[in-house]
Amino acid sequence: MGASSAPFSVSAQGKNPRILKGGKAMTQATAVHEAPKSFIRRYIFSTDHKVIGLQYLFLAMAAVAIGIVLSLYMRLRLAWPTERWPLLGKLFPNAMAGGTISPEFYLSLVTMHGTIMVFFVLTTAPLGGFGNYFLPIQVGAHDMAFPVLNMLSFWVTLAGFLVLMAAFFVSGGAPISGWTAYAPLSAVGEIAGPGLGMGQNLWILSIALFCIASLLGALNFITTTLNLRTKGMAMTRLPLTVWAWFTTAVLALLAFPVLLAGGILLLLDRVAGTSFFVPGGLIVSDKILPHKGGSPLLWQHLFWFFGHPEVYIAILPGMGITSHVLSTFARKPIFGYRAMVTAIFAIGLLGFLVWGHHMFVSGMSPYSAIAFSLLTLSIGVPSAIKTFNWLATLYKARIHFTVPMLFALGFVSIFVTGGLSGIVLGQTSLDIPMHDTYFVVAHFHLIMGVAAIFGIFAGTYYWFPKIFGRMMNDALGKLHFWLTFIGIYAIFIPMHILGIAGHPRRYAETAGFDFLTPLQPIHVFITIAALITAGAQLLFFFNFFWSIWKGKKAEMNPWRATTLEWTIPSPPPHDNFGPQTPVVHRGPYEYSVPGAAEDYLLQTAPPAPTKS
Amino acid sequence: MAKPITSLRDFETIAVGPRPPGRPEDGGRGGKEQPPNLPEGSYRLAMLFALASIGMLFLGFTSAYIVRQGLGGDWQPLDPPAILWANTLMLLGSSVTLHRSRTLLRREAIREGVRWLSLTMVLGLLFLAGQYGAWRQLVAQGVYLNTNPHSSFFYLLTAAHGVHVLGGILGLGYITLRGWRWRLILMGTPDRLKHYDALVGAAALYWHFMDGLWVYLFILLFLWR
Repeated sequence: MGASSAPFSVSAQGKNPRILKGGKAMTQATAVHEAPKSFIRRYIFSTDHKVIGLQYLFLAMAAVAIGIVLSLYMRLRLAWPTERWPLLGKLFPNAMAGGTISPEFYLSLVTMHGTIMVFFVLTTAPLGGFGNYFLPIQVGAHDMAFPVLNMLSFWVTLAGFLVLMAAFFVSGGAPISGWTAYAPLSAVGEIAGPGLGMGQNLWILSIALFCIASLLGALNFITTTLNLRTKGMAMTRLPLTVWAWFTTAVLALLAFPVLLAGGILLLLDRVAGTSFFVPGGLIVSDKILPHKGGSPLLWQHLFWFFGHPEVYIAILPGMGITSHVLSTFARKPIFGYRAMVTAIFAIGLLGFLVWGHHMFVSGMSPYSAIAFSLLTLSIGVPSAIKTFNWLATLYKARIHFTVPMLFALGFVSIFVTGGLSGIVLGQTSLDIPMHDTYFVVAHFHLIMGVAAIFGIFAGTYYWFPKIFGRMMNDALGKLHFWLTFIGIYAIFIPMHILGIAGHPRRYAETAGFDFLTPLQPIHVFITIAALITAGAQLLFFFNFFWSIWKGKKAEMNPWRATTLEWTIPSPPPHDNFGPQTPVVHRGPYEYSVPGAAEDYLLQTAPPAPTKS
Repeated sequence: MAKPITSLRDFETIAVGPRPPGRPEDGGRGGKEQPPNLPEGSYRLAMLFALASIGMLFLGFTSAYIVRQGLGGDWQPLDPPAILWANTLMLLGSSVTLHRSRTLLRREAIREGVRWLSLTMVLGLLFLAGQYGAWRQLVAQGVYLNTNPHSSFFYLLTAAHGVHVLGGILGLGYITLRGWRWRLILMGTPDRLKHYDALVGAAALYWHFMDGLWVYLFILLFLWR
């Protein structure tokens, strides 16, 4: 096997004797593909799904670092609104002149933080990163169905990211209309505020590129899952990670085009003088705008028709990884495999029917609001099915508390915490007072942001040995987990209190609002917690890069797990399975099977002589 | 250790039904037999999903169209430029020629098949030229993109559709080149012919969809005013 590939390679370890023993069941493939020789084709414009997956992961790591820094700027402004930060101001010499964060600059931080995190971290890492790397291996394919499309998908995503970053450097700076880019603020141009000129145009362009890239990626995921499964890999034997990526890809395929449509309309309103979203007779900065007759609510409908499925695009892969990791380290089959698959689909389907719950205060008919509310609350059912199945998987298990397991358990905890506030916000009568307060900020950060990030962390610690052939440091990992886990709750639980007290979102400071003044100490507390939690992420980055070169060498299957990626060397060779295409004989979670010699059975393990 | 798991499986059987028969140990159903996986099936499948995605794009536009029309006020419906009828015929005709090409290719009449493929591309280009002509007609009447919402949607939808048709023409061009490169005409092995048929099949799916999409847009723009 041509395994001396990646820069981080260890020599290919001997083939697993277990696999060779099953050799009779193996079918012979025609050829072993060598990785391309030239550096550019191998690492830059590579069509290898593993290289592309890593490219996505590193893009997400760069993006998350930027996103965290932006959030810290916001937190500093909120905790100490009158303070000046000349040193921090050096990073934004124009927008943050003199080291003060103006309310407008604060809003551009909000916008860029949200956009970077939602698109280039929460969508990019779990789907583009892990999905690309492991979906083909887990279904037993040599690569994605359309490798060139896959490569294009990454490069278009990267272009989208660079265009978004460019918004910081144009005149007027980054846009201030939030990641939701509500019209008419986003539609009328520079007259409405800084960053709404060129910055907003770049934002729209970036999102349009991201939409196109996601479509290309989604096509590959769907086709590969349906068409490239290896012999014996029935749909009912797919790991839950694959089910999650597959469902996510379907959501992306159907949701992103609607955002693209909305983005095109918004761009036309801005540059071509059309009136899709801008109402007539609008007066901005003492000027009557020439637009007439458009509807700002139309943008909200188009945006949230995409926006709500997007939430599940971010969280479903995390659910898949959590199921996978929980089963592995509980050393038990996942409880209710079919129920888990059904629940993933139910969540995906309902995700398309609930966008109106983001618009309860938009003046919609109370009848539609009730329909949206009921559908929203019904998402609680498949979510509860998943949660109870996770708990049942853990029930009476001898849990191995490894770092990936800790993060998977953390995922369950945060998913439940964030989900409970969703039940509050899903009801119109409760949402109306809570709308646009910190309660909402706390809710979506927990359920969509942090839960998904915990899924990413679980995936990173779990698959790192496979990707790089080395283990991440365990003690550092555990420290990272506990600091992050406690830190996250310290940041977001107080935000619920702020929200219940009526603290609005997106305000750079509370001066002048008497009822908010007593809440200021909470802001200070949150900021300190955020600084510590962000600092803890340095441990992760250090651990990650240190372990690539200095980590303990990993075996082929260090977690003693069952799925196909653990039957090939670490790191996997260019064509994954080399000359031997795996044949699958059993489901993905055969742990502690009674009568088996070990407490796990690889999916490729040949059937035992008849007994049951 | 085995004990609690056994009981949980029993519990699971009650909760979600028994596991499918023979699940743990049989040799397996499902999945694809052949490695290396041949791309023929993937082309069609991926194209169907891509069309679903493109359909969503135009559904997004459609919902915006209906909502914007419902707001009334400045909505002034255009009359269809006469040239659109000719364009429509051209595009419908291109679907016929493409179908003819496929039939011929399937009969391994490669030379004629590729000829009809080229004719399809020409008709597609004529359609695009005709759409541009329609724009020119409107501009001559003083109707621009921002004149009123209906004209905005006319320009937007024809442009969005035109871009997709252009993509289709490029795709057909690629297929024609590929056929030529593989010397299908002289040495079409069964494998290559099968592969080629799958490529053309996916392209035909796309092309007919663009055809139908245009008819739909035509109806939306000028019957649903």
